[in-house]
Amino acid sequence: MRQTAAPLLGIGLVVSLVLLLQWAIGVGLVDEYTVPRPSEIAAALPRLVTEEHVASRFMVTVGETFAAGALATLVGTALGAALYRWPLMRRSFEPWVAVLAAAPLVLAYPLFLVLFGRSSLTVVVIAFASALPPVVLQTVTGFAAVRPVLLAVGRSLGMGRAAEFRRILLPAALPSVFTGLRLALMFGLINVVGVEFLINLGGLGALINDLSERYDLPGTWAAIGVVVLVSVCFFATLDGGERWLRRRG
Amino acid sequence: MAAAAGLMRSGTLLPRLAASVLLLAAWQALALSGLLFRDVVPPLGALAAGLWGVLADPGFWGNALVTGGELAAALAIGGALGIAAGLVFGASAFIAAALERWMTWLAPTPKIILFPVLILFCGVGPGSKIAMGAVSCFFPVLLSTAAAVRGVDPVLLRVARSFRARADQILVKVYLPAAVAPMLNGVRLGFGVALIGVLLAETKLSNQGVGFLVMQAYARFDMPRMYGLLIVVVCFAAAINVAIGHAARRAAAGPIAREN
Repeated sequence: MRQTAAPLLGIGLVVSLVLLLQWAIGVGLVDEYTVPRPSEIAAALPRLVTEEHVASRFMVTVGETFAAGALATLVGTALGAALYRWPLMRRSFEPWVAVLAAAPLVLAYPLFLVLFGRSSLTVVVIAFASALPPVVLQTVTGFAAVRPVLLAVGRSLGMGRAAEFRRILLPAALPSVFTGLRLALMFGLINVVGVEFLINLGGLGALINDLSERYDLPGTWAAIGVVVLVSVCFFATLDGGERWLRRRG
Repeated sequence: MAAAAGLMRSGTLLPRLAASVLLLAAWQALALSGLLFRDVVPPLGALAAGLWGVLADPGFWGNALVTGGELAAALAIGGALGIAAGLVFGASAFIAAALERWMTWLAPTPKIILFPVLILFCGVGPGSKIAMGAVSCFFPVLLSTAAAVRGVDPVLLRVARSFRARADQILVKVYLPAAVAPMLNGVRLGFGVALIGVLLAETKLSNQGVGFLVMQAYARFDMPRMYGLLIVVVCFAAAINVAIGHAARRAAAGPIAREN
């Protein structure tokens, strides 16, 4: 009972907040030139689909996110495995990777604009660069956390390096590789939408920028709503996917 | 010095130094090779000059002060709201079940898209940058505070209740001291995203602050200055990160250290 009641309460709270807002604007408590009525925002939604091509913009954003995420996962997992394989390299370079992971790389977007031009490539490269360091760190930690007794068993069975990697290290570290994938897609989406908004190019982020520059308030709010909804669905799916994989593994 | 000696003994100082030298040499080789535009990948000498130019420019420090003030206000507002909400989420299983999942999913959504709306609410000046940073750091602080409160050893709570501690006493004497280390970790995460939020907002629309200087350097195609600004920002972020991390470790070790 409690399990079903609580999420329902959450949804109910959101719905009542929306209704409260509609009422507050109606009686003039909230300035309607700052916050449009929720009904107007809802009315702007069909316009986003027919006039602003929200579907194809969505595909652009998702495409860029997956390109950056897949690239970061591939390169990051390979680099992480290399750092684990050669401890000297790990000792030398891991601090640098940690610095990059903590550094606000997206701030360098004007630099990337100069390097790659104002194109989809720039968006993908920035998202890739931001996602790579956390994936590398996550992979190294995953490999390093493999129980030593498993490796000892492998050695006593006379496994070579390749067999050890394929039969012990990889399966044992797989959950953290998936965590790395989730991180890559997460950082990918955040940076893709952010950069699209900042440089006004391409998908959903640019849509918000466009509409706000036209002072189309209901449209801006509707577009923000769409992006928030898309990313909430995206992260919920990643969350659920990872939990499903962990249960199976 | 002691830290360097410790690194020396553990055999990490030499590889780290070697790695740094290697990376710098690779950069210099790339700059001199002419494979990329010289302006985009300037040689180390030009980078150092750019960095020095930034640090010696009194105008930079004025703008840094503006950004620093916005960041501090953002952390104060977003952090206080995040801690308050986190305490509620941590203390009430029902509220957590109703809303925390949404918070977890909202936390990573790109906050910069709210900027046009925040401009409407808070104006084009520092207000909208502060709001941007506050919204950014609210979520990580909330989530780690809630997790920290839930992680408090139930034995401590039972002891406090058996001594008939009031709710406010439990909050101040049990929850806050026991949860301060993970909460500081949340503040560390919040600081990172607040810095990004404030600076990105400044690059989008402002006439002062470090983000504005970055855009100015971009518009003038002054790459060494832009690198200089970015290096200063990264060093600042890293220093604060290390400082908060250090405080969190000390807080975590505190009660045990006092017992011994």
